[in-house]
Amino acid sequence: MSIDRRKFLAIAGGAAAIGIAGRRTLKVLAKNVISKPSATLAGKRWAMVIDLKKCRELPGCTKCIQACDYAHNIPDMGNSKDEIKWIWKEKFNHAFVEQENYFVPDDVKNNPAILFCNHCDNPPCTNVCPTQATWKREDGVVMMDWHRCIGCRYCMAACPYGSRSFNWRDPRPHIKQLNPDFPTRERGVVEKCNFCEERLSRGLLPACVEACPVKAMTFGNLEDPNSEIREILNKRFTIRRKPELGTQPEIYYII
Amino acid sequence: MYDTGKVIIGIIIFVLLFTSPLLLNLSSGEGTYRPDPKLPASGTCVESKSYMKDYHMEMLNTWRNMVVRQNYRYLKTSDGKYFEINGHRAEMSLTKTCLNCHHKAEFCDKCHNYLDVQPYCWNCHIDPSLIKKEVER
Repeated sequence: MSIDRRKFLAIAGGAAAIGIAGRRTLKVLAKNVISKPSATLAGKRWAMVIDLKKCRELPGCTKCIQACDYAHNIPDMGNSKDEIKWIWKEKFNHAFVEQENYFVPDDVKNNPAILFCNHCDNPPCTNVCPTQATWKREDGVVMMDWHRCIGCRYCMAACPYGSRSFNWRDPRPHIKQLNPDFPTRERGVVEKCNFCEERLSRGLLPACVEACPVKAMTFGNLEDPNSEIREILNKRFTIRRKPELGTQPEIYYII
Repeated sequence: MYDTGKVIIGIIIFVLLFTSPLLLNLSSGEGTYRPDPKLPASGTCVESKSYMKDYHMEMLNTWRNMVVRQNYRYLKTSDGKYFEINGHRAEMSLTKTCLNCHHKAEFCDKCHNYLDVQPYCWNCHIDPSLIKKEVER
Protein backbone atom coordinates (compact mmCIF):
# COMPACT_ATOMS: atom_id res chain seq x y z
CA MET A 1 0.00 0.00 0.00
CA SER A 2 1.40 3.38 -0.91
CA ILE A 3 0.72 6.54 1.05
CA ASP A 4 1.48 10.07 -0.07
CA ARG A 5 2.77 12.82 2.16
CA ARG A 6 -0.52 14.68 2.35
CA LYS A 7 -2.38 11.59 3.56
CA PHE A 8 0.33 10.74 6.09
CA LEU A 9 0.22 14.25 7.59
CA ALA A 10 -3.57 14.13 7.79
CA ILE A 11 -3.55 10.78 9.61
CA ALA A 12 -0.76 11.82 11.99
CA GLY A 13 -2.48 15.11 12.79
CA GLY A 14 -5.80 13.41 13.42
CA ALA A 15 -4.21 10.87 15.75
CA ALA A 16 -2.45 13.60 17.72
CA ALA A 17 -5.69 15.57 18.09
CA ILE A 18 -7.54 12.50 19.38
CA GLY A 19 -4.69 11.79 21.82
CA ILE A 20 -4.65 15.30 23.27
CA ALA A 21 -8.44 15.49 23.50
CA GLY A 22 -8.53 12.07 25.19
CA ARG A 23 -6.03 13.12 27.81
CA ARG A 24 -7.95 16.27 28.54
CA THR A 25 -11.22 14.39 28.97
CA LEU A 26 -9.51 11.93 31.28
CA LYS A 27 -8.17 14.78 33.38
CA VAL A 28 -11.59 16.40 33.68
CA LEU A 29 -13.13 13.07 34.61
CA ALA A 30 -10.40 12.39 37.16
CA LYS A 31 -10.99 15.78 38.77
CA ASN A 32 -14.71 15.17 39.09
CA VAL A 33 -14.54 11.60 40.27
CA ILE A 34 -11.41 11.20 42.33
CA SER A 35 -10.70 14.43 44.15
CA LYS A 36 -13.04 14.86 47.07
CA PRO A 37 -12.38 17.82 49.32
CA SER A 38 -11.32 16.87 52.81
CA ALA A 39 -13.08 18.30 55.82
CA THR A 40 -12.15 21.83 56.89
CA LEU A 41 -8.37 21.72 56.97
CA ALA A 42 -7.66 24.62 54.64
CA GLY A 43 -6.43 27.92 56.05
CA LYS A 44 -4.60 26.30 58.95
CA ARG A 45 -0.95 25.56 59.61
CA TRP A 46 -0.42 23.90 62.93
CA ALA A 47 2.91 24.48 64.64
CA MET A 48 4.41 24.46 68.11
CA VAL A 49 6.79 26.58 70.15
CA ILE A 50 8.66 24.95 72.99
CA ASP A 51 10.14 27.17 75.65
CA LEU A 52 13.11 25.15 76.88
CA LYS A 53 13.76 27.81 79.53
CA LYS A 54 10.44 26.94 81.17
CA CYS A 55 11.05 23.24 80.54
CA ARG A 56 14.33 23.45 82.48
CA GLU A 57 12.44 24.71 85.54
CA LEU A 58 11.36 21.12 86.21
CA PRO A 59 14.31 18.87 85.53
CA GLY A 60 13.33 15.23 85.27
CA CYS A 61 9.68 16.00 84.51
CA THR A 62 8.16 13.56 82.00
CA LYS A 63 4.50 14.64 82.19
CA CYS A 64 4.25 15.33 78.44
CA ILE A 65 5.77 11.96 77.56
CA GLN A 66 3.45 10.14 79.96
CA ALA A 67 0.38 11.93 78.58
CA CYS A 68 1.39 11.01 75.04
CA ASP A 69 2.12 7.40 76.00
CA TYR A 70 -1.39 6.98 77.38
CA ALA A 71 -3.16 8.95 74.64
CA HIS A 72 -1.56 6.92 71.86
CA ASN A 73 -0.97 3.50 73.43
CA ILE A 74 2.80 3.77 73.13
CA PRO A 75 4.58 0.67 74.40
CA ASP A 76 7.58 0.58 76.69
CA MET A 77 9.74 -2.03 75.03
CA GLY A 78 12.40 -1.89 77.72
CA ASN A 79 15.37 -1.54 75.40
CA SER A 80 16.64 1.21 73.14
CA LYS A 81 16.75 -0.92 69.98
CA ASP A 82 13.00 -1.58 70.02
CA GLU A 83 12.10 1.80 71.54
CA ILE A 84 8.97 3.50 70.19
CA LYS A 85 9.22 7.24 70.64
CA TRP A 86 6.76 10.01 69.85
CA ILE A 87 8.18 12.55 72.31
CA TRP A 88 11.63 12.08 73.68
CA LYS A 89 14.45 13.89 75.42
CA GLU A 90 17.80 14.44 73.79
CA LYS A 91 20.99 16.23 74.79
CA PHE A 92 21.18 19.77 73.43
CA ASN A 93 24.24 19.12 71.23
CA HIS A 94 22.59 16.03 69.76
CA ALA A 95 19.28 17.76 69.14
CA PHE A 96 20.78 20.89 67.60
CA VAL A 97 23.83 19.59 65.77
CA GLU A 98 23.94 22.68 63.55
CA GLN A 99 24.61 24.90 66.57
CA GLU A 100 28.36 24.88 66.38
CA ASN A 101 29.12 27.27 69.24
CA TYR A 102 31.89 25.85 71.33
CA PHE A 103 30.75 27.71 74.42
CA VAL A 104 27.17 27.09 75.45
CA PRO A 105 25.67 27.96 78.86
CA ASP A 106 25.84 25.01 81.23
CA ASP A 107 22.11 24.82 81.89
CA VAL A 108 21.42 24.66 78.15
CA LYS A 109 24.18 22.15 77.51
CA ASN A 110 23.36 19.84 80.40
CA ASN A 111 19.59 19.78 80.12
CA PRO A 112 17.70 17.82 77.51
CA ALA A 113 15.56 19.24 74.75
CA ILE A 114 12.11 17.81 74.09
CA LEU A 115 11.88 16.44 70.58
CA PHE A 116 9.13 15.11 68.36
CA CYS A 117 8.11 14.89 64.73
CA ASN A 118 8.69 18.34 63.24
CA HIS A 119 5.69 18.13 60.91
CA CYS A 120 7.84 19.70 58.22
CA ASP A 121 6.44 21.92 55.50
CA ASN A 122 8.58 20.00 53.06
CA PRO A 123 8.65 16.53 54.59
CA PRO A 124 11.18 14.15 53.02
CA CYS A 125 9.50 11.13 54.62
CA THR A 126 6.26 11.48 52.65
CA ASN A 127 8.02 11.69 49.29
CA VAL A 128 9.65 8.30 49.67
CA CYS A 129 6.63 6.33 50.92
CA PRO A 130 5.75 3.77 48.24
CA THR A 131 2.19 3.19 49.45
CA GLN A 132 1.14 6.75 50.38
CA ALA A 133 0.80 5.59 53.95
CA THR A 134 2.23 8.93 55.07
CA TRP A 135 1.40 12.32 53.63
CA LYS A 136 1.18 15.98 54.56
CA ARG A 137 -2.31 17.19 55.29
CA GLU A 138 -3.52 20.64 54.24
CA ASP A 139 -3.19 21.86 57.81
CA GLY A 140 0.44 20.76 57.94
CA VAL A 141 0.05 17.59 60.01
CA VAL A 142 2.29 14.86 58.61
CA MET A 143 -0.19 12.01 58.85
CA MET A 144 0.21 8.27 58.88
CA ASP A 145 -2.26 5.63 57.74
CA TRP A 146 -1.16 2.55 59.64
CA HIS A 147 -3.57 0.44 57.61
CA ARG A 148 -1.44 1.09 54.58
CA CYS A 149 2.07 0.97 56.02
CA ILE A 150 4.00 -2.01 54.72
CA GLY A 151 6.97 -1.47 57.03
CA CYS A 152 9.58 -0.77 54.35
CA ARG A 153 11.13 1.93 56.59
CA TYR A 154 12.04 4.25 53.71
CA CYS A 155 10.46 7.07 55.71
CA MET A 156 12.72 6.31 58.65
CA ALA A 157 15.73 6.58 56.39
CA ALA A 158 14.45 9.81 54.89
CA CYS A 159 13.61 11.59 58.17
CA PRO A 160 16.63 13.65 59.23
CA TYR A 161 15.32 13.99 62.78
CA GLY A 162 14.94 10.35 63.80
CA SER A 163 11.28 10.99 64.50
CA ARG A 164 10.00 7.65 63.31
CA SER A 165 10.07 4.31 65.12
CA PHE A 166 9.53 0.81 63.85
CA ASN A 167 7.55 -1.91 65.60
CA TRP A 168 9.98 -4.79 65.54
CA ARG A 169 7.64 -6.84 67.69
CA ASP A 170 3.98 -6.81 68.69
CA PRO A 171 3.66 -3.71 70.87
CA ARG A 172 0.41 -4.57 72.62
CA PRO A 173 1.80 -6.68 75.48
CA HIS A 174 4.21 -3.84 76.31
CA ILE A 175 1.60 -1.12 76.76
CA LYS A 176 1.24 -0.17 80.40
CA GLN A 177 -2.34 1.06 80.25
CA LEU A 178 -4.54 0.61 77.19
CA ASN A 179 -6.56 3.57 75.95
CA PRO A 180 -9.53 2.15 74.02
CA ASP A 181 -10.11 5.45 72.19
CA PHE A 182 -6.94 5.03 70.16
CA PRO A 183 -5.71 1.98 68.27
CA THR A 184 -2.47 0.19 69.04
CA ARG A 185 -0.11 -0.73 66.22
CA GLU A 186 0.94 -4.02 64.70
CA ARG A 187 4.32 -5.59 64.30
CA GLY A 188 5.99 -4.33 61.13
CA VAL A 189 4.51 -0.82 61.11
CA VAL A 190 6.26 2.55 61.42
CA GLU A 191 4.85 5.15 63.78
CA LYS A 192 5.48 8.69 64.94
CA CYS A 193 3.90 11.74 66.55
CA ASN A 194 0.63 12.68 64.80
CA PHE A 195 0.30 16.15 66.42
CA CYS A 196 -2.70 14.63 68.22
CA GLU A 197 -4.79 15.00 65.07
CA GLU A 198 -7.53 12.91 66.73
CA ARG A 199 -7.77 15.57 69.45
CA LEU A 200 -7.47 18.52 67.04
CA SER A 201 -10.49 17.21 65.16
CA ARG A 202 -12.47 17.47 68.38
CA GLY A 203 -11.17 20.97 69.09
CA LEU A 204 -8.75 19.88 71.82
CA LEU A 205 -5.08 20.78 72.23
CA PRO A 206 -2.43 18.07 71.87
CA ALA A 207 -2.12 15.89 74.97
CA CYS A 208 1.47 16.99 75.70
CA VAL A 209 0.59 20.68 75.55
CA GLU A 210 -2.27 20.11 77.96
CA ALA A 211 -0.16 18.03 80.33
CA CYS A 212 2.82 20.38 80.66
CA PRO A 213 2.78 21.77 84.21
CA VAL A 214 4.84 24.87 83.31
CA LYS A 215 3.05 25.57 80.00
CA ALA A 216 6.31 25.34 78.10
CA MET A 217 4.58 24.31 74.90
CA THR A 218 2.39 26.56 72.80
CA PHE A 219 0.40 25.06 69.97
CA GLY A 220 -1.39 27.09 67.35
CA ASN A 221 -2.19 28.15 63.85
CA LEU A 222 0.60 29.98 62.02
CA GLU A 223 -1.83 31.23 59.38
CA ASP A 224 -3.71 33.25 61.98
CA PRO A 225 -1.73 36.46 62.61
CA ASN A 226 -3.47 36.99 65.97
CA SER A 227 -2.75 33.54 67.36
CA GLU A 228 -0.73 33.10 70.53
CA ILE A 229 1.96 31.19 68.68
CA ARG A 230 2.45 34.03 66.17
CA GLU A 231 2.67 36.49 69.03
CA ILE A 232 5.43 34.43 70.67
CA LEU A 233 7.30 34.00 67.38
CA ASN A 234 7.12 37.77 66.81
CA LYS A 235 8.48 38.57 70.26
CA ARG A 236 10.98 35.83 71.02
CA PHE A 237 13.92 34.57 69.03
CA THR A 238 13.49 30.89 68.21
CA ILE A 239 15.55 28.20 66.52
CA ARG A 240 14.55 25.05 64.67
CA ARG A 241 16.31 21.74 64.20
CA LYS A 242 18.50 21.40 61.09
CA PRO A 243 16.90 24.29 59.17
CA GLU A 244 19.74 24.12 56.63
CA LEU A 245 18.19 20.97 55.16
CA GLY A 246 15.25 22.93 53.75
CA THR A 247 12.62 20.69 55.32
CA GLN A 248 11.00 23.72 57.05
CA PRO A 249 10.37 22.07 60.43
CA GLU A 250 7.40 23.53 62.29
CA ILE A 251 8.56 23.01 65.86
CA TYR A 252 10.24 26.15 67.19
CA TYR A 253 12.48 26.24 70.24
CA ILE A 254 13.16 29.09 72.64
CA ILE A 255 16.59 28.39 74.07
CA MET B 1 -18.19 -59.26 37.97
CA TYR B 2 -16.23 -61.59 40.17
CA ASP B 3 -16.76 -61.47 43.95
CA THR B 4 -19.78 -59.19 43.62
CA GLY B 5 -20.77 -59.48 47.28
CA LYS B 6 -17.32 -58.57 48.59
CA VAL B 7 -16.96 -55.63 46.19
CA ILE B 8 -20.33 -54.15 47.09
CA ILE B 9 -19.63 -54.51 50.82
CA GLY B 10 -16.26 -52.89 50.20
CA ILE B 11 -17.88 -49.97 48.35
CA ILE B 12 -20.44 -49.49 51.14
CA ILE B 13 -17.69 -49.49 53.80
CA PHE B 14 -15.67 -47.01 51.74
CA VAL B 15 -18.63 -44.65 51.27
CA LEU B 16 -19.49 -44.85 54.97
CA LEU B 17 -15.90 -44.11 55.99
CA PHE B 18 -15.56 -41.31 53.47
CA THR B 19 -18.75 -39.54 54.58
CA SER B 20 -18.31 -40.32 58.28
CA PRO B 21 -17.47 -36.70 59.27
CA LEU B 22 -20.68 -35.46 57.65
CA LEU B 23 -22.76 -38.30 59.11
CA LEU B 24 -21.31 -37.81 62.58
CA ASN B 25 -22.01 -34.07 62.44
CA LEU B 26 -25.57 -34.71 61.27
CA SER B 27 -26.24 -37.24 64.02
CA SER B 28 -24.79 -35.02 66.77
CA GLY B 29 -26.78 -31.99 65.53
CA GLU B 30 -23.65 -29.97 64.76
CA GLY B 31 -24.52 -30.01 61.08
CA THR B 32 -27.49 -27.80 61.73
CA TYR B 33 -25.53 -25.35 63.94
CA ARG B 34 -26.11 -21.72 63.16
CA PRO B 35 -24.15 -18.91 64.82
CA ASP B 36 -26.24 -16.92 67.22
CA PRO B 37 -24.84 -13.40 67.52
CA LYS B 38 -26.32 -11.63 70.52
CA LEU B 39 -27.87 -8.28 69.68
CA PRO B 40 -27.80 -5.47 72.22
CA ALA B 41 -30.99 -5.17 74.25
CA SER B 42 -31.95 -1.74 72.92
CA GLY B 43 -30.91 0.97 70.51
CA THR B 44 -30.91 1.45 66.77
CA CYS B 45 -28.10 0.45 64.46
CA VAL B 46 -26.50 2.89 62.04
CA GLU B 47 -27.98 1.02 59.08
CA SER B 48 -30.59 -1.69 58.47
CA LYS B 49 -29.95 -5.27 59.48
CA SER B 50 -29.78 -6.60 55.92
CA TYR B 51 -27.36 -3.86 54.85
CA MET B 52 -25.12 -4.51 57.85
CA LYS B 53 -25.19 -8.25 57.22
CA ASP B 54 -23.96 -7.84 53.66
CA TYR B 55 -21.84 -4.72 53.75
CA HIS B 56 -20.55 -4.02 57.28
CA MET B 57 -16.97 -4.72 56.21
CA GLU B 58 -17.20 -2.35 53.27
CA MET B 59 -18.82 0.27 55.46
CA LEU B 60 -16.00 -0.01 57.99
CA ASN B 61 -13.47 0.31 55.19
CA THR B 62 -15.18 3.48 53.96
CA TRP B 63 -15.20 4.86 57.50
CA ARG B 64 -11.50 4.19 57.88
CA ASN B 65 -10.64 5.99 54.65
CA MET B 66 -12.89 8.93 55.44
CA VAL B 67 -11.53 9.38 58.95
CA VAL B 68 -7.84 8.79 58.36
CA ARG B 69 -7.38 10.13 54.88
CA GLN B 70 -10.06 12.83 54.60
CA ASN B 71 -10.58 13.93 58.19
CA TYR B 72 -14.34 13.37 58.20
CA ARG B 73 -15.03 12.24 61.76
CA TYR B 74 -18.75 12.21 62.39
CA LEU B 75 -21.08 9.56 61.12
CA LYS B 76 -23.83 10.44 58.70
CA THR B 77 -26.24 7.61 57.96
CA SER B 78 -27.63 6.94 54.49
CA ASP B 79 -30.55 9.31 55.13
CA GLY B 80 -28.02 12.16 55.42
CA LYS B 81 -28.45 12.82 59.13
CA TYR B 82 -25.78 12.73 61.81
CA PHE B 83 -26.05 9.58 63.89
CA GLU B 84 -26.24 10.29 67.59
CA ILE B 85 -25.32 8.34 70.71
CA ASN B 86 -26.67 9.77 73.99
CA GLY B 87 -27.30 13.11 72.33
CA HIS B 88 -23.76 13.42 70.96
CA ARG B 89 -22.70 13.02 67.37
CA ALA B 90 -21.23 9.57 66.89
CA GLU B 91 -17.82 9.18 65.31
CA MET B 92 -17.07 6.78 62.50
CA SER B 93 -15.29 4.46 64.88
CA LEU B 94 -15.38 0.73 65.42
CA THR B 95 -14.51 0.96 69.11
CA LYS B 96 -16.37 4.14 69.98
CA THR B 97 -19.54 3.63 67.96
CA CYS B 98 -20.09 -0.05 67.06
CA LEU B 99 -18.71 -1.49 70.27
CA ASN B 100 -20.58 1.10 72.29
CA CYS B 101 -23.61 -1.20 71.90
CA HIS B 102 -22.29 -4.47 70.54
CA HIS B 103 -20.12 -6.89 72.45
CA LYS B 104 -17.18 -8.22 70.45
CA ALA B 105 -17.13 -11.73 71.90
CA GLU B 106 -20.89 -12.17 71.83
CA PHE B 107 -21.61 -10.51 68.52
CA CYS B 108 -18.71 -10.06 66.10
CA ASP B 109 -16.78 -13.20 67.02
CA LYS B 110 -19.84 -15.45 66.73
CA CYS B 111 -20.07 -15.29 62.93
CA HIS B 112 -16.39 -14.61 62.33
CA ASN B 113 -15.44 -17.76 64.18
CA TYR B 114 -18.17 -19.81 62.51
CA LEU B 115 -16.94 -18.75 59.06
CA ASP B 116 -13.30 -18.89 60.15
CA VAL B 117 -12.59 -15.33 59.04
CA GLN B 118 -10.00 -13.44 61.02
CA PRO B 119 -10.51 -9.71 60.42
CA TYR B 120 -7.30 -7.88 61.28
CA CYS B 121 -9.26 -4.95 62.76
CA TRP B 122 -8.63 -6.39 66.20
CA ASN B 123 -4.87 -6.50 65.78
CA CYS B 124 -4.89 -2.78 66.54
CA HIS B 125 -8.40 -1.65 67.51
CA ILE B 126 -9.14 -2.40 71.12
CA ASP B 127 -12.15 -4.27 72.42
CA PRO B 128 -13.33 -1.92 75.19
CA SER B 129 -14.96 -4.72 77.15
CA LEU B 130 -11.47 -5.99 77.98
CA ILE B 131 -10.67 -2.67 79.62
CA LYS B 132 -13.94 -2.52 81.52
CA LYS B 133 -13.15 -5.89 83.05
CA GLU B 134 -9.66 -4.54 83.78
CA VAL B 135 -8.16 -7.53 82.05
CA GLU B 136 -5.48 -5.61 80.27
CA ARG B 137 -4.69 -6.87 76.76
